[in-house]
Amino acid sequence: MTKKEKKRLNSIIICTVLMLAALLLEKMSSVPQWASICVFLFAYLAAGADVLLKAFSGIRSGEIFDENFLMAVATVGAILLGDHREAVSVMLFYQIGELFQSLAVSRSRKNIAALMDIRPDTANLETEGGILTVDPEEVAEGSVIIVRTGEKIPIDGTVIEGSGVLNTAALTGESKPRSVSEGDAVISGCVNNGSLLRIRTTKTFSDSTVSKILDLVENSSLKKARSEAFITRFARYYTPAVCISALLLAVIPSLVTGDWRTWIHRALTFLVISCPCALLLSIPLAFFGSIGGASRSGILIKGGTDVESISAIGTVVLDKTGTLTEGSFSVSGLYPADGVSEEELILTAALAETYSTHPIAAAIREYAGDIEVPSDIREASDIAGHGVKTVCSGNTLLAGNRKLMTAEGIAFTENELPGTVVYVAANGKYLGSIIISDTVKPSAPAAINALSSSGISCIMLTGDNRESAAIVADALGITDYRADLLPEDKVTAVESIIAERTGKGTVAFVGDGINDAPVLMRADVGIAMGALGSDAAIEAADAVLMDDDLGKICKAIDISRRCMRVVKENIAFALGVKALCLILGSIGRAGMWAAIFADVGVMILSVINSARLLKKE
Amino acid sequence: MTKKIRIEVDCAACAAKVEEAMRSVPGVDSVSVSFMTQKMSLEADSNLFPGILNDCLKAARKVEPDFEMEF
Repeated sequence: MTKKEKKRLNSIIICTVLMLAALLLEKMSSVPQWASICVFLFAYLAAGADVLLKAFSGIRSGEIFDENFLMAVATVGAILLGDHREAVSVMLFYQIGELFQSLAVSRSRKNIAALMDIRPDTANLETEGGILTVDPEEVAEGSVIIVRTGEKIPIDGTVIEGSGVLNTAALTGESKPRSVSEGDAVISGCVNNGSLLRIRTTKTFSDSTVSKILDLVENSSLKKARSEAFITRFARYYTPAVCISALLLAVIPSLVTGDWRTWIHRALTFLVISCPCALLLSIPLAFFGSIGGASRSGILIKGGTDVESISAIGTVVLDKTGTLTEGSFSVSGLYPADGVSEEELILTAALAETYSTHPIAAAIREYAGDIEVPSDIREASDIAGHGVKTVCSGNTLLAGNRKLMTAEGIAFTENELPGTVVYVAANGKYLGSIIISDTVKPSAPAAINALSSSGISCIMLTGDNRESAAIVADALGITDYRADLLPEDKVTAVESIIAERTGKGTVAFVGDGINDAPVLMRADVGIAMGALGSDAAIEAADAVLMDDDLGKICKAIDISRRCMRVVKENIAFALGVKALCLILGSIGRAGMWAAIFADVGVMILSVINSARLLKKE
Repeated sequence: MTKKIRIEVDCAACAAKVEEAMRSVPGVDSVSVSFMTQKMSLEADSNLFPGILNDCLKAARKVEPDFEMEF
């Protein structure tokens, strides 16, 4: 408990004791009535002194309608009417409610901190004078650090000595071991389960993955959801409105009936009901709990607004390569033209692709094995969406798709086989084609199935040709796909999907964060996956899946939908109970006790409802 | 520039009040206060930032005397 909470608990205990004493004194006929009233007043002041002070300073600063003011007027009014027992209990329960609220919030803060227990406390820095244990913040980029077995890697870097198995559970939510050895890049937050690792840091602590993730989760509550902003705005009108109604309720019927006491009493219950605390607290708590729970499962959601739009996803647009498929290509067939050997075909292709960074080029080079690269490769141009054109030892080599062949005026035989087709030509002569295929990710079919069965339509985008797109789409049960897209076409494709959408659902784009940052930004919801260590993707996306598991898309939608349900439940419940109590109160059917329930009871119940979201499944 | 600042605020209603008060401080482009994480983010001209931040603290204290900022 904090100091403030302890102080509040003390005043609650003192108030309770004094109130019991006063009730006892009241029963004793030998004690004069003024004595018991005095004790009641002491009990009242024990619980309510700070409320009265705050209400007073609120009036002075012009911020009149806050909960302190409401409580002060309601209880002072009750005392003046002679209902000192009610005044003390309203104040007492108000304080109990406040204490509960404060405890609930610090508990969920602690829970989230525990869930996000990835912050390394120390780093073992290698120096000339031996190994020093230092604060990770003090380690400069390019330093060498030591990570022993069972320790967390504190800073992103590259392994320079040792090999081992890393546990990424704290980051991804799943303990899939990753083996690393010399030369591999490692990210902070992973636990070293192998032998001792020497790591050269490539980043500072504040730029490392762990700091980025913690920042993101901590700051997510600053990106407020529409429903939260709505409630804050609502409270601004609601509280003064109820106060004015209370005033009218006290004056108008009294003038008619002359029964001032009854109507003032009813008006005071109005004031107690009008406190908006339940709503103001339970809604951010729900978002906070959901975002915290999601991050535990390796799903980072950037803010309340994003929870809202994820819960409303109607269409998911998925990139094919790297998202639905492994993105690791391999040559699956060579189809040389007449009079050309397989060897000539693959060697020419490999030469043409020497300097290309495209995964397809890498697959061709890997298949060709070690080849001698002539030193006179003069012109190598990557034509996005087409292929490459290379000039080498006076020969013009082409490797690319149909479009490249057509553009270069090469007569070629169309290869209709599934997979990505690379056509190869040298000096205007067609040499044949190579089929490269990619495997579908194991988690993809189940994820697509789950999305479709929850009424979400899936659309696949790819830069590959129609045939290879169809193969993957068929395997996954996706009926809608757009093929032959150049990287810049993907933004246009997503824009047209957003324009064509039916109904209210939002459009999400799922990509691996490489080359598709503009699409991630353009979609209603940008989801980057497998984004461990990719800063650009974390920056551009609204939600980040820490590993490659497509099932996390459904999980993110589930978590967000559950969050929005709780938010709606809380809004409906709190407003419903308050409206009911206001009506019953104005006709004299609900007294101060109902008002206390409408205020404190509703707050406690909705906080408990929100706290459900924090629980781990 | 946008800066995240650690704060101390007592209740959800207070956070909303403080946010509202700071929003009307001249020079503030946007401000968001989170009661849950006890943090706020303030967006303002970087040259005038320290002064604006100070004005924000004053505005916040006026409506919520217990409000604290760590900077």
